Amino acid sequence: MKSILPVLTVVGAILLFWIVAVIPMNIHLAADMAQRQDMLVTPDTPAARQDVGSISLALQNPNVIPMTYSLDRPRLPSPDQIAVELYDTVIDKKITSKRSLVYHGWVTLSATLLGFAIGTTLGVALAVGIVFSRTMDKSVMPWAIVSQTIPILALAPMVIVMLGALGFQGLLPKAMISAYLSFFPVVVGMVKGLRSPDAMQLDLLRTYNASNAQGFWKLRLPASVPYLFASLKIGISASLVGAIVGELPTGAQAGFGARMLVGDQYGQPLVTWAALFAAAITAAVLVGFFSMLERITLRRMGTQAV
Amino acid sequence: MIYLIAALVIWAVGWLMNMWLAQSAQSDTRVVSLIIPAIFGVTLLLMWEVLVRGFEVSAVILPPPSMIWERMINEGPRLWADFEQTIIKGAMTGYVIGALAAFGVALLADRSEFLSRGILPVGGFMAALPIVGTAPIFVKWLGSDWESKAAVVGVMVFFPILVNTVAGLKDTSAMQRDLMRTYGAGYWPTLLKLRLPAAMPFIFNGLKIATTLALIGAIVAEFFGSPTVGMGFRISTSVGQLALDMVWAEIVVAAIAGSAFYGLMALIEKRVTFWHPSQR
Repeated sequence: MKSILPVLTVVGAILLFWIVAVIPMNIHLAADMAQRQDMLVTPDTPAARQDVGSISLALQNPNVIPMTYSLDRPRLPSPDQIAVELYDTVIDKKITSKRSLVYHGWVTLSATLLGFAIGTTLGVALAVGIVFSRTMDKSVMPWAIVSQTIPILALAPMVIVMLGALGFQGLLPKAMISAYLSFFPVVVGMVKGLRSPDAMQLDLLRTYNASNAQGFWKLRLPASVPYLFASLKIGISASLVGAIVGELPTGAQAGFGARMLVGDQYGQPLVTWAALFAAAITAAVLVGFFSMLERITLRRMGTQAV
Repeated sequence: MIYLIAALVIWAVGWLMNMWLAQSAQSDTRVVSLIIPAIFGVTLLLMWEVLVRGFEVSAVILPPPSMIWERMINEGPRLWADFEQTIIKGAMTGYVIGALAAFGVALLADRSEFLSRGILPVGGFMAALPIVGTAPIFVKWLGSDWESKAAVVGVMVFFPILVNTVAGLKDTSAMQRDLMRTYGAGYWPTLLKLRLPAAMPFIFNGLKIATTLALIGAIVAEFFGSPTVGMGFRISTSVGQLALDMVWAEIVVAAIAGSAFYGLMALIEKRVTFWHPSQR
């Protein structure tokens, strides 16, 4: 609780920096526009203005500064423009509309969640296999660790085309990308978690004459829960990034990635920024949900997060 | 059918060999623990080759490894040019800029308890966001050459390194700081001789996480616009031309570059933090 004030200060400082940065970023565009509206601008030709630095241009034309905050196609939109665009496309538009961010958000989110579920399930299964089979541990685990250091996201466009050639389109290819992005963090985290009971605890179970299965259900699995949550939080944000990138090569049909691409290609920066912020908010909500689940579960189990 | 059986036989042979090696007395020696995953990898590659050739899977869906290898040999110069553009110019520049910026901000924030308490949660939050989505914006601002890629990479690596550095600088005990005070050490000697060395394991943790992010940022940003060279550009255009062997060749290069980059950081870490329990 005592970190609320520092956090608000930092967020406030970032917002302030942003609001100030809007002026130099947009001043050239705003000056062009002001001139078209017959306002007096110095210097008075666009070519001459190109040679003037952003800050000195702003100082020479203080009356143009307010316009930098209300351009239709700003280089850097102000926070309130993004808020308005978000409000417009999230709340005002009908959910069925092609311009509604709720619609696009659901397209991305459904692929993310489906892929995340697949990736997590397979990841946990493989981790159990690795913990119980020495051969699997020795042959698969090094590859799982190496996979963390390579940019597997680069596979995304190919997966889309490959599955497209096999006749799969829409949700499934994106879910596949989300699945393999969340798969490896879960494997590595779960193996660590299932191995976290120390020798003393394992010995205790042996003195109870507990079987391997009992040891798994009563000791290893509960002990791995904090590690599982740590990997779930990494996995869900990786899944979301995967689903967004997976939307790029299909030529922007639907989803957050598609909105970013549309805004980029048709010169509507507000669309791109709104999609970006919507994606960030979605990621924050997903990670926050798992943090909450983690806190509740761990409190009930009486353990601590790793 | 015969190819399916051949693939299964390859699998069985590889697996039995690994089982024998893993159960053997030398299974924990360095050589054997490298051989086992290597055998596993080779087994998968052989099965891939046999199945793709046997079932005559179109190269548009999945090219066999031999075809990818051939492509890598033939397209050496082009792959090198892409590597230079994306990894060296885009990813490395951005990585260095982002790391230095994060380091500087962390040192500044560290002077105030209040600021570092605010920066830790905000930075941790930002690190979880899909920052790679800022790529189209940076491409618009800085043009499609490597500068925009470096900017995306810089922002992506900034937050993990910042959070780890700030957390690391807090990682000294009151006893250690008191000892420095009894020596009459001021802020700078304490920072250089105690707190920075103590923070190194954290800082390298951040630097290692950031290596993968840097490569992802540089490659994905090229999907939004690039000159006619670069790994992301090559991947997206080759996918369009259905030249999947070229895509795989680029992915192999990316994988090698990623592991090498990570390995380099781990190596430096080993030299710098030789005193830390995890290195002994």
